[in-house]
Amino acid sequence: MQELVNRAKELLADGTVVRVLGWKAGDLPYNPEPAYFTSAEELDNFVYNGFCGANLSKYMIEASKLEGKTMVCLKPCDTYSFNQLIKEHRVDREKAYIVGVGCKGKLNIDKIKEKGIKGIQSISGAEMSDACDTLTIQTLYGEKTCSYAEAMLERCHVCKGKEHMIYDEIIGESKDTKDAERFAEVERIEAMSPEEKFAFFRNELSKCIRCNACRNVCPACSCRKCVFDSTKFDTAQKANVDSFEEKMFHIIRAFHVAGRCTDCGECSRVCPQGIPLHLFNRKFIKDINEFYGEFQAGADSEARGPLTNFTFEDCEPSIVTERR
Amino acid sequence: MQRIGVFVCHCGSNIAATVDVKKVVEMALLEPGVVHAEDYQYMCSEAGQAKILEAVKEKGLTGIVVCSCSPRMHEATFRKAAERAGVNPYMVEIANIREHCSWIHKDMEEATKKAVILARAAIAKVNLNAPLQPGESRVTKRALVIGGGIAGIQTAIDIADAGYEVDIVEKTPSIGGRMSQLDKTFPTLDCSACILTPKMVEASAHEKINIYTYSEVEKVTGFVGDFTVDIRKKARSVDMNKCTGCGVCQEKCPSKKAPSEFNRGLNTRSAIYTPFAQAIPNVPVIDRDACLKFKTGKCGLCEKVCQAGAIDYAQQDEIITEKYGAIVVATGFDTIKLDKYDEYAYSQSKDVITSLELERIMNAAGPTKGHLERLSDGKAPKEMVFIQCVGSRCADNRGKSYCSKICCMYTAKHAMLIRDKYPDVNVTVFYIDVRTPGKNFDEFYRRAVEEYGVNYIKGQVGKVAPLPNGKLLVQGADLIDNKQILKEADMVVLATAIEPDPSVRKIATMLTASIDTNNFLTEAHPKLRPVESPTAGVFLSGVCQGPKDIPETVAQAGAAAVKAIGLLAKDKLMTNPCTAKADELMCNGCSTCANVCPYGAITYEVKQVNDHGIREDRRIAVVNNALCQGCGACTVVCPSGAMDLQGFSNRQILAEVDAICR
Repeated sequence: MQELVNRAKELLADGTVVRVLGWKAGDLPYNPEPAYFTSAEELDNFVYNGFCGANLSKYMIEASKLEGKTMVCLKPCDTYSFNQLIKEHRVDREKAYIVGVGCKGKLNIDKIKEKGIKGIQSISGAEMSDACDTLTIQTLYGEKTCSYAEAMLERCHVCKGKEHMIYDEIIGESKDTKDAERFAEVERIEAMSPEEKFAFFRNELSKCIRCNACRNVCPACSCRKCVFDSTKFDTAQKANVDSFEEKMFHIIRAFHVAGRCTDCGECSRVCPQGIPLHLFNRKFIKDINEFYGEFQAGADSEARGPLTNFTFEDCEPSIVTERR
Repeated sequence: MQRIGVFVCHCGSNIAATVDVKKVVEMALLEPGVVHAEDYQYMCSEAGQAKILEAVKEKGLTGIVVCSCSPRMHEATFRKAAERAGVNPYMVEIANIREHCSWIHKDMEEATKKAVILARAAIAKVNLNAPLQPGESRVTKRALVIGGGIAGIQTAIDIADAGYEVDIVEKTPSIGGRMSQLDKTFPTLDCSACILTPKMVEASAHEKINIYTYSEVEKVTGFVGDFTVDIRKKARSVDMNKCTGCGVCQEKCPSKKAPSEFNRGLNTRSAIYTPFAQAIPNVPVIDRDACLKFKTGKCGLCEKVCQAGAIDYAQQDEIITEKYGAIVVATGFDTIKLDKYDEYAYSQSKDVITSLELERIMNAAGPTKGHLERLSDGKAPKEMVFIQCVGSRCADNRGKSYCSKICCMYTAKHAMLIRDKYPDVNVTVFYIDVRTPGKNFDEFYRRAVEEYGVNYIKGQVGKVAPLPNGKLLVQGADLIDNKQILKEADMVVLATAIEPDPSVRKIATMLTASIDTNNFLTEAHPKLRPVESPTAGVFLSGVCQGPKDIPETVAQAGAAAVKAIGLLAKDKLMTNPCTAKADELMCNGCSTCANVCPYGAITYEVKQVNDHGIREDRRIAVVNNALCQGCGACTVVCPSGAMDLQGFSNRQILAEVDAICR
């Protein structure tokens, strides 16, 4: 982390950038939050560890409108979102100095708590320089340990790889933490009967409190004015009339990001209710892969997504079911 | 609030017999905004339209809903009526209670319920309609004909004779198409080449016709009256301006092993070749896959012998971009592949041939110089069996469900010609039905049976098996005598089904012209607009629209030409005002709409906007109304809903859905 802070200070000092977009410590040892830094002094609060799951690429939409360049710290998976935002003309590549930061998997505090580890005072073993295989946790009730892998976010178990898709320089080492099949859960749901599927999603979505965190954090949900906030459509009201329409919020959102979602997993990470929202998006990704060939949104900043492109090899919608 | 009038048409008994029109009127009056409703026997009639005019005058209507037939039938009629009454034509909505309701339902109560719902949806939409003004677009006075067979040639000649420039794009090295491969034509038995070649010459000599052979349409943009087309002129490797057509290169070419496409692969041709002697243009092409110079770098004999210095190995494909007002598709047909019909032994025996191959064998310029002989051993056949409907009228999915239409007649022709020239050959035809609707057609078939003694057997053939003695054992059924037939034949001819040329799929996609499940191009209306595609400015000529013989093809080619001429004769076209429009304050500038726009109608501009006090420069989508065709693709992909279609706005469509679900 110190290397990162030193480099940020250098870039600020030589005028390459006028601000740094990274993370600072939160109220608790495990909730660092995205932050801007504009001076060397402020950078003393800079934090980067296993809990810095937040994908900063979306912040670059606003940062692109500011004067001068912003140094932005992007983990390998965040760079996919950044590329997608370049493709959609939502961020300005020229306004960003991308430091690809190393990542060895990001942590989910709930997974630690689920192990009965309570009263957490500090956590070590999650620094960028660490081996990241065991977490040592100081609690009110003494020292506890936890396997790093077991505390990882779901998305890290299906890691897209340790390569940064776009960067100006890379600081720190990354690790491919994939140890599970990306579409296993989707396949499990696909195998359900329509009634079971409906029951599954009704159960999950019934927890939704419409806090909009998923939408607000989603790099694909980057509209100036979201359809759910606009009076131009009837959707704003629609989302509240009854519990079914409430669920339509998530379905509509999944359709809106289809083909653009990089599967960054932020929606599920921030959901305070623990709804596995990424499953909707991953189902779309799986279908797109099957119908139109493997496609990873954000792998580059130019290729047209299969849903907004046309080739003579495209399958006909009418025979889609035959292909499957 | 709109003041809406609802006009319910009986369409004689077409609607009124199944829908309680009085009830529809009664229910419509309960809808918000409706101030007038009435029914009438024929709303589209003079008297019916007068009722609309009168109601507008008396009740001060601002919107009109006509519950009648499909808008594709009479929307224009009622829009004109509205205009005469002083109401903007785009304030008219049609509730289709005929095709969508009365024609497809039997139960009056149910149908009436549905008609009321359809009327309700249209009323809900009109409540949100706004007057729209059409613009104008220019017409490029030049036509493109895709395909240089008899259909394309005839269409081109007819358009050119009317005084308009025409380009023909033909993918093979010569115009002429399938007709040039035929030996004789039914029902007159005149020689195909004798009647086709003068047409080919006429087309190539016509000052208004420009022919691109060995060329393909690569890209089409634009719209009716103003298409822009990229044509790929494939590298011929021969300079068309220098070549004199002497043919020495073809004689000297040492590589003579390429299968002749023109002779359906029954013999071979040189690597540098013209498909046939009367080819137009009479300029050969080098088949680079077969040419030794291209394959090994050694040879170059044609270049040495060419007196004119026309050989150009370095020639590259050339892209020509041209503008057209109208496009005629005349891509023709091919015979189906027979790999799913193993039972006829086509792939096992050289003596099982398709009818088109027989045409080549019978032709003096064909692989056997016109002698009827077995391709396996060159012997003259004594017993010939023709099998009809191979792949046509097929109940399973191996073949085509349709009748290929031309086979009954050409088989009668073949049978007659063989019996005439070789009276010692016995000819047997296995058929499902003999279909001869056409002028002098049945007489022709009867001549084959009565005068030429052709043996017609009603029944299908189950199997053709090559025998060790070189003959073919044909196992068939005679349905009239109700018995199995085992017959030894020297040659078997398969009346192979025809299908649209495979290239048509790509062309249809480029033109956004629709095709049916069999890849035939669809008409705008099967009865009333048979030579127009539903895509404005695209016309259909020949077999690309459905199976046809030569007289029908020529007639349709003329009809397509007339439609194209009608379009080219106009100086300006009214454009559809139902175009897309971006809400500047909501647009993200993401370019997704521009990516999916098939007409290239969307561009981006950086504009200063004032978003509730925030002034900033934003990248915003701008729609070119002249290019936009109102397809709505952009509105669907727009994530923020900034893009909307005028006349079919998201709000209007949701209002319709809500009205239906109410």
